[in-house]
Amino acid sequence: MGEPSPYRAVLASRVRAQFSYRVSFASDVVANVAVGVSEFAVVYVVFSRVDTLGGLDVWQAALVFALANLTFALADLAVGHLDRLPRHLRAGTLDAFLLRPASLLGQLATSEVSLKRLGRVGVALAVLVVALPRTDAPADLRTAALLVTATVGGTAVFAAVFVLAGALQFWLVEGAEAVNSITYGGSNAASYPASVFPDPLRWAFTYVVPATFVAYLPVLTLLGLPGPAGSPSWLGWCSPAAALVVAGVAGLAWRAGVRYYTGAGS
Amino acid sequence: MPTPYPALLVAGFRRFSTYRAATAAGALTNTVFGAVKAAVLVGTVAAAGGSVSGYGAAQAATFAWVTQALLAPVAVFADDELAQRVRTGDVAVDLARPVDLQLAAWADDLGRAAYTVLPRGLPPLAVGALTTGLALPGRVDGYLLAVVALALGVSISFGCRHLVNLSAFWLTDVRGLTTLYTVVATVLTGLSVPVGWFPPWLAVLAAATPFPSMLQAPVDVLTGRVAGAEALRVLATQVAWLGAVLLLGRVVLARGSRRLVVQGG
Repeated sequence: MGEPSPYRAVLASRVRAQFSYRVSFASDVVANVAVGVSEFAVVYVVFSRVDTLGGLDVWQAALVFALANLTFALADLAVGHLDRLPRHLRAGTLDAFLLRPASLLGQLATSEVSLKRLGRVGVALAVLVVALPRTDAPADLRTAALLVTATVGGTAVFAAVFVLAGALQFWLVEGAEAVNSITYGGSNAASYPASVFPDPLRWAFTYVVPATFVAYLPVLTLLGLPGPAGSPSWLGWCSPAAALVVAGVAGLAWRAGVRYYTGAGS
Repeated sequence: MPTPYPALLVAGFRRFSTYRAATAAGALTNTVFGAVKAAVLVGTVAAAGGSVSGYGAAQAATFAWVTQALLAPVAVFADDELAQRVRTGDVAVDLARPVDLQLAAWADDLGRAAYTVLPRGLPPLAVGALTTGLALPGRVDGYLLAVVALALGVSISFGCRHLVNLSAFWLTDVRGLTTLYTVVATVLTGLSVPVGWFPPWLAVLAAATPFPSMLQAPVDVLTGRVAGAEALRVLATQVAWLGAVLLLGRVVLARGSRRLVVQGG
């Protein structure tokens, strides 16, 4: 393991770099606000037609949307750039990282920090702040603790999924887009009340990619609502545990991927 | 001398057919998103008591799968291939070639779409047929019209993406604009939710843009939502938008290439 300070130096340089092209940065942030707003458009259009979806009313569903988007955007900000790994694999530039006396994952994870994602974080927070008082969530410590747990746990789930997706790139290379089905697909699935999903889909997004742990289950616990298959209400506290499981799998896959990797001699 | 454009169309087809793993990966992702979209739209129809704007559960599920199948051929998401060539100056080579830049790019894009339609379209449709079932009409003339509507939709999409790329003559960095274009297109083409479900203000906004003509129009014709004279009216609207975006593209390209300064030589 390398010292933490070089990582910090790289991250600081990445932050400075983003602020030095102000117009580009501003337009990227605006574009990311638009991404958040357009994702919310589905919830908006659906609830312009119906009063409930999967047993949740508009504010409860908005809360699910907000938690899913907040955690995904935070994870994307921190480690979303791991999806650039195929470019390094194709161009042969990964070898330069391997030569340095620091962990490959640590270097790649700190090689960028996409502050433009703050645009999407902002949209998710705005929806959260507007929706929360309009639900029956009690204004107490338990609510606060559950929201913090869900935010930390959900961000960790998506960050682990990004690492797993990155690990799979060692084998996929050209088929890189396949992992979008667990990263962006997981985020998409997490944004809606999972009670509308048919059983196989709900199981896949609970036990394979733990998307329902990120937002839907915490919101059920928060509001004291029954789950689709009578799932116990303490499941809403379990996103950190789900994140640990995915992180374990992702760590093993990453190590196997690095061992599988063969440089092109460039 | 024969016109080069059919050959460019074939070249576009062959260029994209090289990336088989990427095609399979894209089809997988389209299918996963299709499953979630079908569940949400069917859940909405169920919550509304069985029908939303003429969509029953079967029609809502079919809409979800067909839009996912046509997402890649229509290319709802913007690319920045030409914009990068403008930024690096490579576009000077394109402009020096004895072919029309717009027509050559259009032919290339039609070739791309022709290749993607089956490998990117069939997997979501097959999974849809096996899980929710597909409500498709059994009339041949409807499918023939749908092919025309799809070709028009691809061409309108090309015209708009071409315009986004041409903005590089002025902007240089088009990342923000391509993201903005993609998110607007995702909503207004009907990719996320049927345009017919939009609340009035959003429906008016969508109708004032070419976006519904790219995806919602061919999907409506393919699924038999519009037929006969109404289908021909939809096609006429598409032709009008195509003319408008291609004409605008020619004007913008002419002005942009006059601005172009390439260093060195």
